[in-house]
Amino acid sequence: MSPMARTAPVPAATDPAIIRNFCIIAHIDHGKSTLADRMLQYTGVVQSRDMKAQYLDRMDIERERGITIKSQAVRMPWELDGTSYALNMIDTPGHVDFTYEVSRSLAACEGAVLLVDAAQGIEAQTLANLYLAMENNLTIIPVLNKIDLPAAQPEKYAAELASLIGGDPEDVLRVSGKTGAGVEDLLDKIVRDLPAPVGDPDAPARAMIFDSVYDTYRGVVTYVRVVDGMLHPRERIQMMSTRATHELLEIGVSSPEPTPSKGLGVGEVGYLITGVKDVRQSKVGDTVTNLAKPANASLPGYADAKPMVFSGLYPLDGTDYPVLRDALEKLMLNDAALVYEPETSAALGFGFRVGFLGLLHLEITRERLEREYKLDLISTAPNVEYEVTLEDKKVVHVTNPSEYPTGKVAEVREPMVSATILAPNEFVGAIMELCQSRRGVMGGMDYLSEDRVEIRYRLPLAEIVFDFFDILKSKTRGYGSLDWKADGEQVADLVKVDIMLQGEQVDAFSAITHRDKAYAYGVMMTGKLRELIPRQQFEVPIQAAIGSRIIARESIRAIRKDVLAKCYGGDITRKRKLLEKQKEGKKRMKMVGRVEVPQEAFIAALTTDESKDKAKK
Amino acid sequence: MPSVLPLGDPAPPDGLLPAAAAEGAEQRAFGLYVHIPFCAVRCGYCDFNTYTATELGGGASQDAYASTAIAEVEFAAGAMLASGLPTRPLSTVFFGGGTPTLLPAEDLARILTASIRAWGLQPGAEVTTEANPDSVTPESLQLLADAGFTRVSFGMQSAVPHVLKVLDRTHTPSRVPEAVRWARDAGLAVSLDLIYGTPGESLEDWRYSLETALSYGPDHISAYALIVEDGTKLAAQIRRGEVPEIDDDDHAAKYELADELISAAGLGWYEVSNWSRTPEQACRHNLAYWRGDDWWGIGPGAHSHVGGVRWWNVKHPTAYANRLGSGASPAAGRETLDTETRNVERIMLEARLNSGLDIPSLGDTGRHAVAGLIADGLVDPVAAFKHRLVLTLKGRLLADAVVRRILPD
Ligand SMILES: Nc1nc2c(ncn2[C@@H]2O[C@H](COP(=O)(O)OP(=O)(O)OP(=O)(O)O)[C@@H](O)[C@H]2O)c(=O)[nH]1
Ligand SMILES: C[S@@+](CC[C@H](N)C(=O)[O-])C[C@H]1O[C@@H](n2cnc3c(N)ncnc32)[C@H](O)[C@@H]1O
Ligand code: SF4
Ligand SMILES: [Mg+2]
Repeated sequence: MSPMARTAPVPAATDPAIIRNFCIIAHIDHGKSTLADRMLQYTGVVQSRDMKAQYLDRMDIERERGITIKSQAVRMPWELDGTSYALNMIDTPGHVDFTYEVSRSLAACEGAVLLVDAAQGIEAQTLANLYLAMENNLTIIPVLNKIDLPAAQPEKYAAELASLIGGDPEDVLRVSGKTGAGVEDLLDKIVRDLPAPVGDPDAPARAMIFDSVYDTYRGVVTYVRVVDGMLHPRERIQMMSTRATHELLEIGVSSPEPTPSKGLGVGEVGYLITGVKDVRQSKVGDTVTNLAKPANASLPGYADAKPMVFSGLYPLDGTDYPVLRDALEKLMLNDAALVYEPETSAALGFGFRVGFLGLLHLEITRERLEREYKLDLISTAPNVEYEVTLEDKKVVHVTNPSEYPTGKVAEVREPMVSATILAPNEFVGAIMELCQSRRGVMGGMDYLSEDRVEIRYRLPLAEIVFDFFDILKSKTRGYGSLDWKADGEQVADLVKVDIMLQGEQVDAFSAITHRDKAYAYGVMMTGKLRELIPRQQFEVPIQAAIGSRIIARESIRAIRKDVLAKCYGGDITRKRKLLEKQKEGKKRMKMVGRVEVPQEAFIAALTTDESKDKAKK
Repeated sequence: MPSVLPLGDPAPPDGLLPAAAAEGAEQRAFGLYVHIPFCAVRCGYCDFNTYTATELGGGASQDAYASTAIAEVEFAAGAMLASGLPTRPLSTVFFGGGTPTLLPAEDLARILTASIRAWGLQPGAEVTTEANPDSVTPESLQLLADAGFTRVSFGMQSAVPHVLKVLDRTHTPSRVPEAVRWARDAGLAVSLDLIYGTPGESLEDWRYSLETALSYGPDHISAYALIVEDGTKLAAQIRRGEVPEIDDDDHAAKYELADELISAAGLGWYEVSNWSRTPEQACRHNLAYWRGDDWWGIGPGAHSHVGGVRWWNVKHPTAYANRLGSGASPAAGRETLDTETRNVERIMLEARLNSGLDIPSLGDTGRHAVAGLIADGLVDPVAAFKHRLVLTLKGRLLADAVVRRILPD
């Protein structure tokens, strides 16, 4: 076992041979951040007294939800056989919405620690992330975590892991991020097994941007991995895709606090500060070079994260619209995956159509907007993006049901995903039933071990993005796990269902659904609204329609009594206060024609039961 | 008087009123409310500021109450004089509760006499007491009449035993006609209070109560929809599912039935919950509240209004007695109404009256809302042509909604 390094290799003067770049990848909650904590502690970059659980999960929202949303890179020294090494560790998120974060991190590494919860075994994102790592030609170190748990089955899962990636079950390390057991061995193994980065120190500088974060105090902080050459403070750099040039105000490494250095050399991972204010000027995937001595060819980048789900965000109080606009602009500085454009809704007023990576991303973004910018928001039912071809061959991309073209539609295409589900084999029947009901087509099935299967389906994104996971979890008693990735599109029999209050269409409630499910949506939404909208002074019919055809109807009976009839004696103050309160309540109503709809009704109608429990997947 | 006091500004210990309160006082009628905060038992639905002997821990304060109330009468007369208000003879006096008739009739008479001594009484003044049917006798009623009372309002509530039971009422239905007869014999005008929409009350039960009440030939009827007040025993019973919930549609149907039967018996509505045999027999004291006149409220938790200043007394009888004992005003808080608030109150209260609201005096919002209200059948078109906003039957049931539509934004 190695002692803590006595001297740490100095950035900009570190031989690539003593550098090891790796990330920790795993299914959600398998303990990446907790393992990272022990590494921070044992390498001495964080003192024990400063330690707190999931140290690298710094955002409030990460800490509250106990999940990692953003990757974090940290440089740590580690000594083995008398040599001090520099380890760059990247803790990654496990949730499927943030897979793109993982793939970016992988590009900065030569190796990956594949962590598997010894009480859970291999799960869907284990496979997905392993696959990504192999595609990037990374050396994999399989590790079983949480061996302190009484429910841990290290033998069984070591065998599972070994059969998956080849090798001997004996070689699968066993650690506990909680107790620290095995973590020092793991650090040694990282040094021994992972290849050192290779690059040409004399070539023109080339560094890959793998993350870009907006910081209120320092502006945009860009995280890079140097491939060739060297970057120094004060020199002018150039972004190879945009040819934009900046002065390097500061360069350094995170360990884990930002520590300025004299530069970054081949194989090193660190950050750059140029004073730019917009992350888009320092784009993830771009190559940084030296303006005075530029490289010829940029490094292979990666595809932009593509939004998968769209939702309208509206301020409850219309006068907050400018606040929302500024807030989105700021959030976008930090979140290159976020896209938005203004839209208006007859029912909800001015707002934005925002594209997200998935429901968790939506949820988190909304929560940050509400919390960090003190906004009260309504978000409309999430939607995928449809491609509608009209009979005149015109093609429209629809992310908002109310934009669904009214003209003659020739064809509608919907986005598809390929999904991988892992579960104990006793649930195969239930899973197949669920996928079939979601218009899925089975791609294949494999046994991972005697009693665990991997089932592959191709499904419409719209069918899995909302409640699918929760249902899967309940049908598999919590044992099923899901991973999915975009997989083209297909022509489908889709229709737009409109909802009308007193004959007045409420755009916020329109939905695009498969024809077979339109009726169910209509019945569900009209029923829900009947419960949510208070009775008015007149009867209010609620209808669901496809075009002009009514498919479901409900009605809210007229209210007959709205008067306080009691002897109040002289206490007129009380009666007035009550009236003032009612009057205030009236102000918070949105008018749909003559119908007063409380904001709460909008929120409740737009909150799918599914979206209540989406935080952890 | 509901037991929860509003929040307001502090009230001065000397009870003096701002100069503005005296402006135009000669033109305004002046009335007196006397609160008697005692009941034999507390009804499960009631959240008025009232106490049973057990709640007060012994009956001592009940014996001394008349003297304490008289102390406030004298304090009131002094404070009004010192505030530059003219001494106006009382046009109405109303003893409410609680159960005023739980006190010996002599006590009520003493308080009334002291009040007349302080302010005088207008000729033809209306002097009412509330009474529970089982807390009066022919003698007590006669004594009240002799002391100057002109009117008694009985808490009949219902004629149906199972309804009275849910309401926790102690009287037997047959006591009501007796009490009415005694009151008549004593020369008192009679009003009956009814409550409809009690859990378990059928439409037929209600019809029976109405017909029974009308058969006693009252001069006045108040019919109140049962309100489930927070913190009452009834609210807890409903919460626990021991008695069924209150249903607004049921209330509406019963209100319509009440209006139909009471009108057929020859009484006319003059306020959402009140009907009288002749316009003169309308409760002038209550009308004074609704029209923004001046009145002083005597007793714990009582509310007063003089020239745009409202105040309310401390709630508990002991705290109340202590304040007066030390010569200080028993007021707990007060508010001075600005023009805007007075306007809101005027609209809120006058809209409920059959005399209605003066349409030209409404703001733009109110005036523009009238056509829609007529279209929705809530406002009487004929009255509207004469510039009065008067509610239709449907409008009375939706009076609060109407008020929200006509109030300035
Ligand atoms: N018993 C035990 N619990 C552990 C261990 N490692 C992590 N945990 C617990 O597992 C839960 C998830 O740990 P994290 O470190 O946040 O997991 P993660 O993989 O970073 O999660 P994401 O970033 O959201 O994907 C936490 O409640 C940890 O306390 C371990 O070795 N033993
Ligand atoms: C202050 S009470 C006093 C009368 C007397 N103590 C009695 O109960 O007979 C006046 C009237 O208010 C009505 N009332 C009291 N509480 C009520 C409630 N919760 N809902 C509707 N009406 C109520 C009753 O009709 C009652 O007769
Ligand atoms: S008798 Fe009247 S005041 Fe007393 S508790 Fe019953 S309803 Fe309330
Ligand atoms: Mg984590």
